[in-house]
Amino acid sequence: MSVKQISVFLENKPGALCELTSVLAENNIDMRAFSVAEASDFGIARIIVDDVYKTTTVLREKGFVHSVSPVLAVALSDTPGGLNEILKSLSAEKVNVEYMYAFLGNTPGKAYMVFKVHEPVAAAAALSKHGIMPLDELNVE
Amino acid sequence: MERYYQPEIETASREQIKAWQDERLVKQVRHVWDNVPYYRKKMEEKDLTPDDIKGRDDLKKLPFLSKADLRDAYPYGLLGMPLKECVRIQSTSGTTGKRVVAFYTQHDIDLWEDCCARAITAAGGTNEDVCQISYGYGLFTGGPGLNGGSHKVGCLTVPTSSGNTERQIMFIRDLSATILCCTPSYAAYLGETMKEMGMTPDQIPLKAGIFGAEAWSEEMRQDIQNTLGIKAYDIYGLTEVSGPGVAFECSAQNGMHINEDHFIAEVIDPETGEPLPDGEQGELVFSSITKEAFPLLRYRTRDICVLSHEKCSCGRTHVKMSKPRGRTDDMLIIRGVNVFPSQIETVLINQGYPANYQIIVDRVRNTDTLDIQVEMTPEMFTDNMGEITSRQKALVDGLRAMLGLTAKVTLVAPKTIVRSEGKAVRVIDKRKI
Repeated sequence: MSVKQISVFLENKPGALCELTSVLAENNIDMRAFSVAEASDFGIARIIVDDVYKTTTVLREKGFVHSVSPVLAVALSDTPGGLNEILKSLSAEKVNVEYMYAFLGNTPGKAYMVFKVHEPVAAAAALSKHGIMPLDELNVE
Repeated sequence: MERYYQPEIETASREQIKAWQDERLVKQVRHVWDNVPYYRKKMEEKDLTPDDIKGRDDLKKLPFLSKADLRDAYPYGLLGMPLKECVRIQSTSGTTGKRVVAFYTQHDIDLWEDCCARAITAAGGTNEDVCQISYGYGLFTGGPGLNGGSHKVGCLTVPTSSGNTERQIMFIRDLSATILCCTPSYAAYLGETMKEMGMTPDQIPLKAGIFGAEAWSEEMRQDIQNTLGIKAYDIYGLTEVSGPGVAFECSAQNGMHINEDHFIAEVIDPETGEPLPDGEQGELVFSSITKEAFPLLRYRTRDICVLSHEKCSCGRTHVKMSKPRGRTDDMLIIRGVNVFPSQIETVLINQGYPANYQIIVDRVRNTDTLDIQVEMTPEMFTDNMGEITSRQKALVDGLRAMLGLTAKVTLVAPKTIVRSEGKAVRVIDKRKI
C-alpha cells in the first residue's frame, strides 16, 4: 500500500540537479514524480521512478549518495477541497505528515499527492478506513 | 616480550645517554667549526668558540639553524665532509621555495638505517617478516630509509614504492606481507580499497604498520587499525636531520622514542627561542651529534610537540616526543586563533565523518572565514533533512568547542575531495594579505 521513493543527496551548486537528471535520461528512466528540498548548502531530490532497482543501481555506479523509503501516494480529484478531504482523514487518525508534494497526471481532473509519514503501513490502514486507497505503484495515466 | 634492535643502546641508563651526548656534542661542535664556515660564522657572531661548549648543558648557547639557512646555503654551504667522502643525497619534497639537499657518508647511512631498524623491531618485526615499503623511493627519504632498516632487521623486503594501489594489494595478498610502511593517508586509502574489494581484516595478512611523513590523529590510527586488522605505529623524521627513524613508536603507542644517542632534542618557545621544560608544548629542535656529512646543530623543525622523560612500559629509556600537533607553518591563524588541521580531523572522526576533508580559509570583508568541506557518505545519508542539518550543527558545535571559532561546514558529494596517494592536500588558504 505504499510506493518507493528514492532520495538523492545533491550539493547546492549550479549543475548538481542537471547531473542527476542526465544520468536518469541516459538510462531511459521515467520519473513519475519529482521534488527537491533544500537546506543552505545541500539539497535532497526526491523521485519516484518506473524502475527502482535499475535507478538505484545506476545511482550507486555513478557515486550518488541515496536512500529508498516508502511513501504514500494518493489519487484525488483536482477540484477545490480535494486535498482537504484527505488531510481531514489523516488528521482524524492522528497521522503526522513529515512532508508532502503534489503532481499532476495525464488524466484531466485527477491530481496525485505523495505523503511522507512516520509509519506508512499504519497510515495506509487509517486512510482506507475513510475509503481512500493509497496506490501500490504510480501508473499515472 | 619487547624486542630491541640494539638493546644496550635503547635501554641504556639516563647517565649513560647523557655521557654519550656530552662527549658527542663537544666533538661535533669542533667538527662543524672546522668544516662548516657557514655555521662557524654564526658562532663567531655570538662570540662563541668550540671551547665554550663543554657538554649538553651548553647547547642552549649555540645559534639556531632554520629552513631559511638551508635555502641560503644551498647546495653545499652546510656540507661537513669533502664530497669524495659522500655517497648519497636525499632531498625534501620542496613544496615551498628551493629544495633542501642533505648529504650522507656511508657512516651516516649506516646509522640512519640502524634507527629505522630500531623502529621496525619495535613494531614487532623480525627476520621472519615480509616488509612492504609503499613509501616513495628516490629523493624522498621514506622509501630508502625504511628499505635499509628492513634489510638490517632481515625482513624479506618488498620495495613497491608508492602508487599503483592494485599492485600494492596484490603483493600484500600474494606474498603475505606482514608489515606495511607508508603514509597514514595511503594506509587508510589501501584499507578502504581492500574493504571495497570485500576483504575483511582477518583476510589481510598484515600485522603491523609503520606510518609517518604527515600528521595523523589518534582517531585515524584506530580507523586504520580496525580496517586493516593491524597495530599502527608512528614514525618521525626529517630529511634535514636524516630521514624517518629520528623517533619511533614502541608497543606503548603513546609517543615516539627519540634516538638520543644520535640526536639531541629540545623544545623551545617559537617566539623567544627559550628552551621549555618537559611537558610544555613548543617547537622541536634537533642537533645531530653523530652525522658527518650534514651535521646540523639546533635545527628548528617547525614541528610543535611535547617531550616526556616518563618511564616507558617498553623498557626503552630514550625521551619520548608526542605526535607533532602541527607545524608552526601548517598552523593557520584564523581571526587571531591558532588552528591546526589535526584538531579539525579529530572532531570529524569523533562524530563519524570520514577523514577525507578539506579546509578552505578565505577573507571576506576583512574577516577570516573557515569553511570545512566534508563528504557525505551512504551511512550518514537519510531522507530526513532535519537529521542531516542537526548533525551538521553538532559538528559546528564540536569544532567551536575544539577551536574556539565558528566554522562553516559544507557537505559535498562523495569522492569530490581528491584522494592522494602521497601527502594529502588538506588546506587551501585563499587569503591575500
